[in-house]
Amino acid sequence: MDMETDQIYQIDVGNLLAFNPNHRFPSAPSSREELVKECVTEGTKLVQAIADTLFNFPSTETNDGPLVQLPPPTTKLPREKHLPRPKPPTKWEEFALKKGIQKRKKDKIVYDETTDKFKRRHGYDRVNDDNDIPIIEAKASDEPGEDPFAKRLDDKKKRVGKQEKNRLQNLKTAAKAGALPSHVQLAVTALPISGTKTQPQKLGKEALGDVAGLAATSTASGGKFDKKLPGEKPPKKQGKHHKYLPVLPRYGEVDEEKEQTNKVLSKLLSKHSHEILNVGKAIDMYNDKKEKKKSGRSDKLKAKKDITKKKPYANKAK
Amino acid sequence: MMEIRTPKTHKAKRVLEKRAPKLVENGKKTLILHGTKTSATVSSVLMELYRLKKGGAIKYSRRNANIRPFESGGETSLEFFSQKTDCSIFVYGSHTKKRPDNLVLGRMYDHHVYDLIEVGIENFKSLLSFSYDKKIAPHEGSKPFICFTGEGFENVPELKQLKEVLTDLFRGEVVENLNLTGLDRAYVCTAISPTKVFLTHCAIKLKKSGTIVPRIELVEVGPSMDLVIRRNRLPNEGLRKEAMKSSKDKPKKKLKNVDQNDVLGKLGRIYIPDQEVGKIPLADKSKGVKRERREGKLKKDKEEGSASKKLKESE
Repeated sequence: MDMETDQIYQIDVGNLLAFNPNHRFPSAPSSREELVKECVTEGTKLVQAIADTLFNFPSTETNDGPLVQLPPPTTKLPREKHLPRPKPPTKWEEFALKKGIQKRKKDKIVYDETTDKFKRRHGYDRVNDDNDIPIIEAKASDEPGEDPFAKRLDDKKKRVGKQEKNRLQNLKTAAKAGALPSHVQLAVTALPISGTKTQPQKLGKEALGDVAGLAATSTASGGKFDKKLPGEKPPKKQGKHHKYLPVLPRYGEVDEEKEQTNKVLSKLLSKHSHEILNVGKAIDMYNDKKEKKKSGRSDKLKAKKDITKKKPYANKAK
Repeated sequence: MMEIRTPKTHKAKRVLEKRAPKLVENGKKTLILHGTKTSATVSSVLMELYRLKKGGAIKYSRRNANIRPFESGGETSLEFFSQKTDCSIFVYGSHTKKRPDNLVLGRMYDHHVYDLIEVGIENFKSLLSFSYDKKIAPHEGSKPFICFTGEGFENVPELKQLKEVLTDLFRGEVVENLNLTGLDRAYVCTAISPTKVFLTHCAIKLKKSGTIVPRIELVEVGPSMDLVIRRNRLPNEGLRKEAMKSSKDKPKKKLKNVDQNDVLGKLGRIYIPDQEVGKIPLADKSKGVKRERREGKLKKDKEEGSASKKLKESE
């Protein structure tokens, strides 16, 4: 915008910015107020210049007032973050590109041949649900003792595990190229570096609770009357911890109770049963015990009873 | 051993996506904090700056003893805060005997310090000391006009940097549609000497004039201060180039080997590489594929067929 003298302002309407490079203070301003006044007048001129262009834009009327479309800003300012980097293609995407496989949109509802109905592809009551198969026909290649249903579950687990591994690999390559998707974080859980001490594992909530419980049992009262911190939960399993093996074994599983007793029995009845007992050690232990009993359990720590001392409140008549 | 961690709630996912690097960025947020000691001026400057930038600023109230922006190790805390709050401009105020009423304005690129400029505050007048008609008081979060006057802003490199930083600081969000009734504030910066800048905040009064364009009147409302340039640190060239890159900067690819001819139309040039006849790999000479063998077999079948015919005929 040209003004009276050859003053041309640099105006950036997109930022509502105006710069007047040609102003010079005529003389040293006499007072602070004069200076301030002059600055404000110069500012007014600049704002007026911007407003001149702004109000001449085509405006649309809305309830709040006239709306104008601002042009994009012309002053270049540095970005706050880097430009998003292109994602490297995943293993499947590379393969699909090579083979020329196109993506096909799948329908949510699919026709089910077995029951002549339309069922959904994923979710409740879906087509080809793995759990719904009543009979699996045996093939010549099947082994006689194998459970085909369990085998199917196992295969699915393996497939899911493989997919997870591939997904992790894809994310790793993306992270290497600096293009990890914004909502994903790759966290290192363990650092197995050979030759150095392994990183101390960070204890989780449950582990901390267990440790606290353990420490509490070492108190004189076994942790029963300890002052509890606000929010601390009561100890989980109190008393002796027993592991009871199931009486009837699960289908296809080994009878653990039977195995337990069999193990002991076999050891006792085996050829080398005499080697189980370390006779020398047993003799030493027996002798030690006998000696201790003889010396009358003279622990230095045990306070000797003094019969000359009177018991307190012994003669209190009631 | 690596583990994939994704947010468990939709809200967390949206927050992460908002903070991700994008082609068109969000408005820069400002982090306002102060150092070990602040004078009354500095604390009121920081408070008023926060009020002016409400909605796009975060103010920390505690002292930060370990932040020294100009020293090499003293920026780690700043970078950490920038990462946590997603702020890319910071204003750090402090007061020492050597640098009284000090303000460090800095910007971040990728949550690392990009550039810094240190100014001293003089002749500070707080917003409360200005008396004006409350009706023209600017609303919170309105887009301001920014005006720079003085040749210093063009000639002196420190003032040039200050101009850029102040623009970044006061700009707010980049908008496409602007409501003309919502224009009510302006920041006026004047270079009164090669090292001093006078900054003030004014409200805009629109007065009727004959044309569609109203007559503008500025009334000082907000804080006003003199900024004296102390130290500064410019971004290094490589970083600056990277930060200034925008997606539309890619030079158009020149189309090679294509000619436009008025008579013949579009002409293309094809370059054929040198054919080294001796080095061509030999054809697939596996036994059954050879032409001679195939033809021989065909012939034999024919002969046999005709031979059997002959036999038949003879019989």
